[in-house]
Amino acid sequence: MNIWDWYYVWEALPYLYRGAVITVQATLIAFAIALVLGLAFALIRQSNNRLVNGAMAETVEFIRSTPLLLQIFFVYFVGPQFGIVIPAWVAGIGVLGIHYAAYCSEVYRAGIEAVDGGQWEASIALNLSRSRTWSRIILPQAIPPIVPGLGNYFIGMFKDTPILAAIAILEMLQQAKNFGAENYRYIEAITMAGAFYLVFSLIASAIVQAVSFWLNRRYHLQ
Amino acid sequence: MSEPMVRFENVTKRYGALTVLDELNLDIERNEKVSIIGPSGSGKTTVLRMLMTLEKINDGVIWVEGEPMTHEQKNGAMVPASDRHLRRVRGKVGMVFQHFNLFPHMTALQNCMEAPVSVLGLPKGEAEERSAELLDMVGLGDKKGHYPIQLSGGQKQRVAIARALAMRPKVMLFDEVTSALDPELVGEVLNVIRQLGSEHDLTMLMVTHQMGFAKEFSDRVCFFYGGKIAEQGPPDKLFNEPDNERTRQFLSAVLEAG
Repeated sequence: MNIWDWYYVWEALPYLYRGAVITVQATLIAFAIALVLGLAFALIRQSNNRLVNGAMAETVEFIRSTPLLLQIFFVYFVGPQFGIVIPAWVAGIGVLGIHYAAYCSEVYRAGIEAVDGGQWEASIALNLSRSRTWSRIILPQAIPPIVPGLGNYFIGMFKDTPILAAIAILEMLQQAKNFGAENYRYIEAITMAGAFYLVFSLIASAIVQAVSFWLNRRYHLQ
Repeated sequence: MSEPMVRFENVTKRYGALTVLDELNLDIERNEKVSIIGPSGSGKTTVLRMLMTLEKINDGVIWVEGEPMTHEQKNGAMVPASDRHLRRVRGKVGMVFQHFNLFPHMTALQNCMEAPVSVLGLPKGEAEERSAELLDMVGLGDKKGHYPIQLSGGQKQRVAIARALAMRPKVMLFDEVTSALDPELVGEVLNVIRQLGSEHDLTMLMVTHQMGFAKEFSDRVCFFYGGKIAEQGPPDKLFNEPDNERTRQFLSAVLEAG
């Protein structure tokens, strides 16, 4: 028996392809949720109302302090007991997005708090509204420097997608495993999945760098 | 008698147990140029920051053109000002900061245009015209497309002055605007302020360490000490024959340092 057999490479391709599509879709959708929701969390945390920002801080802390897999199980398996039935795909991507939103919100917060306080004072002195100050003055300075930090979570989340297999979403690694189980032959499929994760991570990291470079130039920051 | 442009009435500001300003009473007339001097920690910058609503006051009322700024009248009673009220009255006041606080991601022209467009609702073309005129006035007509990082300290501060003026304030506040500048750049900023004072109807209130400029430029100088106005008067009187021992000590210390 060969250690590496090209026959199984060709056979495994359709499985892996189907899985890869799911993995990439899940990553992109969940990260879009994480970016938007993370920003929302970060903005709510800046509220002057102590009750509101305290509750937000606790929520973020709670999400970050419990395992992602547990959160997915909770929504998918515990929910139905109370009549809340959510399809696996929605539950999986939703929880992934919310989980990473908690992490991203801390990155946003670091960016927001790094903006010089004088920018707020100048905005008040010019009578800019609060929403205008956020959208035109603070965020354009806060976000470009934190793109690499957000990008780390993008890649981290991508590598966390196999966890979706736990609620029977056939992402790529699960497909590779199933192929192996059906053929009593794992090496090709698992290796190919590994190669794909590597390539996608490298591409993603190049994209993050490009976005970071472009944003910093666009807003004339260092 | 006409109303003062700005009136501080028994204004008190505390940070915890520390009283920074103690029942300040100060009237500033329309078009008056007032300099505020004093040792650090005397509360002089706080006066400007309160008038710009960057600091809340603990007690008293600030009036602008006879209208309470920190409060509004509701059913005959004075209640703390709402955001809307604050924004309306604040529009009469503009401020220039020690550290410029320009928006680094916008060009000089965009820095000046931002507020006229988004606060006053001017059409872009009109705001651009107004901003370009002001940049010309401060001698930066050729730097409109430059970003703050491409400008010297003196140029940044002149952009900041143009930016504040673009909102057509009635009162301009200058908070140690030359303190962060290299000595050779101080003159160009003071020249702009001098020109503003002579050519525009503006009430000007400045905290400064430039005694020579304060003496030549102001109608009145206030010497702050320990959260109170220890002495005030026309510059000639205050600088040449101060009544207060504290004033004398302060001036001799400052003048000695050069």
